[in-house]
Amino acid sequence: MKYLCLVCFDDATLAALPPAERTALNRESLAYDDELDRGGHLLAAQALQSVREAACVRVRNGRTSVTDGPFAETKEQLGGFILVEAHDMNEAIRLAAGIPLARLGTIEVRPIYEIPV
Amino acid sequence: MPSAGAIDVGTLYRTESRRVLATLIRLLRDFDLAEDALNDAFLAAAEQWPRDGTPANPRAWLVSAGRFKAIDRLRRRARFDAMEAEVAMRIEAEAEEDGSERDDNAIPDDRLRLIFTCCHPALAPEARIALTLREVCGLTTEEIARAFLVPTTAVAQRIVRAKARIRDERLPYAVPEPAKLPARLDAVLRAIYLVFNEGYSASSGVAVTRADLSGEAIRLGRLLVELLPEAEARGLLALMLLQESRRAARTSPEGELVLLPDQDRSLWDRSQIAEGRALAAAVAEQECAAGPYALQAAIAAAHAAAARAEETDWPLIARLYAALERIEPSPVVALNRAAAIAMAEGPAAGLARMEALRASGALASYHLFHAARADLLRRVGRFADAEAGYREALALARQEPERRFLERRLAEVRNAIAAV
Repeated sequence: MKYLCLVCFDDATLAALPPAERTALNRESLAYDDELDRGGHLLAAQALQSVREAACVRVRNGRTSVTDGPFAETKEQLGGFILVEAHDMNEAIRLAAGIPLARLGTIEVRPIYEIPV
Repeated sequence: MPSAGAIDVGTLYRTESRRVLATLIRLLRDFDLAEDALNDAFLAAAEQWPRDGTPANPRAWLVSAGRFKAIDRLRRRARFDAMEAEVAMRIEAEAEEDGSERDDNAIPDDRLRLIFTCCHPALAPEARIALTLREVCGLTTEEIARAFLVPTTAVAQRIVRAKARIRDERLPYAVPEPAKLPARLDAVLRAIYLVFNEGYSASSGVAVTRADLSGEAIRLGRLLVELLPEAEARGLLALMLLQESRRAARTSPEGELVLLPDQDRSLWDRSQIAEGRALAAAVAEQECAAGPYALQAAIAAAHAAAARAEETDWPLIARLYAALERIEPSPVVALNRAAAIAMAEGPAAGLARMEALRASGALASYHLFHAARADLLRRVGRFADAEAGYREALALARQEPERRFLERRLAEVRNAIAAV
């Protein structure tokens, strides 16, 4: 079954890390993607640029409007995602717990909803 | 080139994965590491066996592969966390000493350790069941949640907490020593029977029974008897088989509840009855002091022995309930004994006992008590009191088929009052 792991953390926490630690964290995150891939779990994984680069798009009555910044102003923001294939929710949780950023932030694990055709 | 007798890895996962997992937990001393290792081992098998042929000892191969994949995984993690390297070294050292995984038969069946660990008294009762169903039976979190009508996340949390508890309190991954075995076995039997009962009679909802859980419980019961042929384990298996044998007769084609006296006994599963009765009899023979499950099995066997409800040996059943009450007194047992005495000696005798129970208040919120008492009141012609009893039962009953049954009884009694 598929689960989406939304990697959420406070940008400020990350920015406060000494550069060496930040580099190590990046390397560890990439290494973990590899581990997931080796285990046949990785479907997709990406880090996201800062929410300052976000654009929110809405279409109402045929009009498109664009606002800058995130959808919701929260302390922890979406910083990346990993789409995994897991046996069940507990395995998805186990995989999420291994994500290095889980130590700094929160991983929201969402079971994928397969829209019926 | 795959060998002529190539085993389908998918099938092998279904039949062997639990056993391989149980052994990996012992070797790696960590549930999560073992789960990763199991996954890796089966991945490797799926990749290599079509190419190299199926090994002579598939289970041994999987255990060995899992162990070495775990070491690799820990070594890679050690680049970021030095502690992992120590764990990797320990596992590797133990792997070198241990020659057992050449041969499938040399690997002990570690599932018994797993069952006892999952049912450890230090864990919350719901957690024991969730953990056992997932780790020993291989159910998914989602399947367990659906079966017990709770949210998936709730089950997931229970399992995560349980595993953390096992780790934090260093619960030993072992079969308890003889002195502790009876109490620990009781926890296991209790968990299995809870699963069975959840499947036998759903606590609320539309259907009377959920077949999958009962089947799972019986499979677990069989495994337990295979690995630990204790009398109470066999007693529980006998009890479950005998109760399960009546599944087809318990509901009418329209989904209505059919009580034991009214069931079409030709719908009872003969092979389950034969097996259950044989087990119950064997236990009765060997034990001078029968345990609660053995006694309950004997009661179920007595019902199964009657070709028609009228032939039921009620005095025997009343005696068995008396014995059960002596070793495991409870209001419910007292109630069942009262009902049996009513059948053996007449409703007045049973009613007297039920009045005592009513006075104690112990069964005030148990709908079956009110229904049973109402039934006896009806049989002695005290229709007004019976009506009150059925109404009390209805106020407490949650299952649809049970509610409809009680409503029918209530209607009958009201007609009887009107006819007077």
